[in-house]
Amino acid sequence: MAGLDFKAPVSREQEDAAVVAHNTRMGVWLLLVYVVFYGGFMALSAFRPAAMAATPLGGPNVAVLYGFGLIILALVLALVYMKVCRKSGQGSAA
Amino acid sequence: MIHEASSLSVIVFLVFAGLVVGISFYLGARAKSASGYFAAGGGIHWAVNGVAFAGDYLSAASFLGICGMIAFFGYDGFLYSIGYLAGWIVALFVIAEPLKRLGRFTFADALDNRFNSRGIKLAAAISTLVVSCFYLIPQMVGAGALVQPLLGFPHYVGVLLVGCIVTFIVMTAGMVSTTWVQFIKGLLLVLLCLVITVLILMRGVNTDPKVASEKAGAVQPRGVDAASVTGAPGAEVLAADGGWAALPYLRVRNTASGIVRTWRKDADGTLSATQTLTVLSDGRKLANGRPQGKGEGQDDLKPVGYASKLPGGVERTGSLGPFEFLQTMQESEVILWGSDKVTGSDGAVTTVYFQKPTPGGDFMTPGSSPTFRKVRSDKPSDKLDFLSLMLALFCGTASLPHILIRYYTVKDQISARKSTVVGIAAIGFFYVLTLYLGLGAMTSGTLDVTDSNMSAPLLARSFNEFLFAMISAVAFTTVLGTVSGLIMAASGAVAHDLMTNFLKLKMDEFQKVRAAKIAALCVGVLAMALGITFSKMNVNFLVGWAFNIAASANLPALVMLLFWKRTTKEGITAAILVGMCSSLAWILSSAQAFKDVYGLDPASALVPFSQPAIVTIPLGFLVLIVVSLMTKPAAEKIA
Repeated sequence: MAGLDFKAPVSREQEDAAVVAHNTRMGVWLLLVYVVFYGGFMALSAFRPAAMAATPLGGPNVAVLYGFGLIILALVLALVYMKVCRKSGQGSAA
Repeated sequence: MIHEASSLSVIVFLVFAGLVVGISFYLGARAKSASGYFAAGGGIHWAVNGVAFAGDYLSAASFLGICGMIAFFGYDGFLYSIGYLAGWIVALFVIAEPLKRLGRFTFADALDNRFNSRGIKLAAAISTLVVSCFYLIPQMVGAGALVQPLLGFPHYVGVLLVGCIVTFIVMTAGMVSTTWVQFIKGLLLVLLCLVITVLILMRGVNTDPKVASEKAGAVQPRGVDAASVTGAPGAEVLAADGGWAALPYLRVRNTASGIVRTWRKDADGTLSATQTLTVLSDGRKLANGRPQGKGEGQDDLKPVGYASKLPGGVERTGSLGPFEFLQTMQESEVILWGSDKVTGSDGAVTTVYFQKPTPGGDFMTPGSSPTFRKVRSDKPSDKLDFLSLMLALFCGTASLPHILIRYYTVKDQISARKSTVVGIAAIGFFYVLTLYLGLGAMTSGTLDVTDSNMSAPLLARSFNEFLFAMISAVAFTTVLGTVSGLIMAASGAVAHDLMTNFLKLKMDEFQKVRAAKIAALCVGVLAMALGITFSKMNVNFLVGWAFNIAASANLPALVMLLFWKRTTKEGITAAILVGMCSSLAWILSSAQAFKDVYGLDPASALVPFSQPAIVTIPLGFLVLIVVSLMTKPAAEKIA
């Protein structure tokens, strides 16, 4: 830990404002998609808990299916975000 | 319950602990600069960082708390898994890249990037310290819970052991070693949980716990005719005096042995066996009416957890597929356990653990636990606690200081994004497994009725001693990794934000190093004290509080800084302080704190529900907007 230097310069990335804006916009849209599903889960659990016991596919109930679905959806949206994000200096999909 | 240590467990534990300390020493010696110490020089590969995210995040709360809550109450514990994972979406889509773009070492760096404000530095540093301390409590409680069955030490020894090792690691090493320790344990934890899940599915579900495991307890009697108990030779029915008067229990003393046995009167007029733990006025403990212990003439609480009815009336299911297992649990009846605390007229305090046959249709839907029971209420206001907690979990992840500083360990924004996606994959997979682990523990026959936090290690013990030793050791290193990350965040807040940037202290290199080390030591000691004080609380619930504070204090400032150009330094400072103080005050005034922290009547709590996020997050946004509109924007500093 010798040489602990709190003021050391840190190199910064080259940034393209248009790319940052595009990525931010994509992030917000995908977040909204997830919020809709997550909000639906919260609402169903809080206001219609009995509906969570239904077994629409004959196997696990809605509570389990919706819970697993939210976890899988998070990964799917994360991969979509990777696909639609752009790199600075390229201006096209990464 | 008294747990016996095994030499195999001790050996595996020592190997893991030695490995972790060795890695820390080796890599810590290579951290020569501030960047190296606090941010690993920005040179960690994104894939490694992603798994380290999992190692950092899958803490004692995730592993011990969620599994314990599912094992004791069912699906309600899985609600935490869903909320914890959902929080990563906010981290990926909103926070990851801007934070990497704006910051250097700490959360305060990013917030203060545009303003160079001492107020922001101070507020952000205090917030980091408060959130880190609240998050440290459950980690230390979990550590004590692990060491208890593993090494046979009391809970407080486990807390002290972990606290000393972690403080030592952080004082001698830095972010590089913390990252690699988290990477290794994150990987091992997920893989071991996968192995245990496969074993659970292969074992299936049984109505006789002894079939599941030789370590399991026996089936406890139910449906016993009251006359056969009261009419037995030497039986003497005790008067229902003191706190017993209002409760449905029948206490019978054997006049020959003097042992008192407590039965619960069920609705159908029959009796069911209970387990009791009595603390006499002189401090001695009785388990099921005898002195607690493993020796001659002593007794201990018995392990529990089994299905009482299976679909089709069968006694064992055999191997099951992943969905088949869940469906079987839904259609089964399981013996869960409740508890009553009773003070007798002689001053003895008895905790009675009683059987609760519960259908799967009940425990596999939200609302089966005391924490979330009110979601089944008809009053809309009763739902607020649940909604508030789910909001806190969603918003809290992206506001946790020890998670945020991990974004500084990779080289650029793309790496930050990629590592978050890897983290989501690993963490999401683990959280799916928690449902199987919890339900597997529920029917493993090895649960300790006094401590839900030990359900997962005891589940592993139901298979074999080696798996128990492995999972306990990995979980122990999980605690080490998370705690070291938290102490790193806290010591960075003190040395970098407070002493160097806020107080502008003139220190030479040696003094700066010493300041960081002393900060780590102080936080470590505080964590140990808190871990011992809160030893009986479910670690998952405590983490929920940490998420509430983090989300209320940090998220409004982070989000508005990124998305509202009119944000001022005064607005950010006020939002952090108001969010933090209001959520903290709310938590300390809640029914849960009255019951578990102060030992007071929860009905006299000052606030209507325990989780503050639904009030304090909007309050943070409101304060930021109002204060920003009332103050003059500063000329922006070039980022």
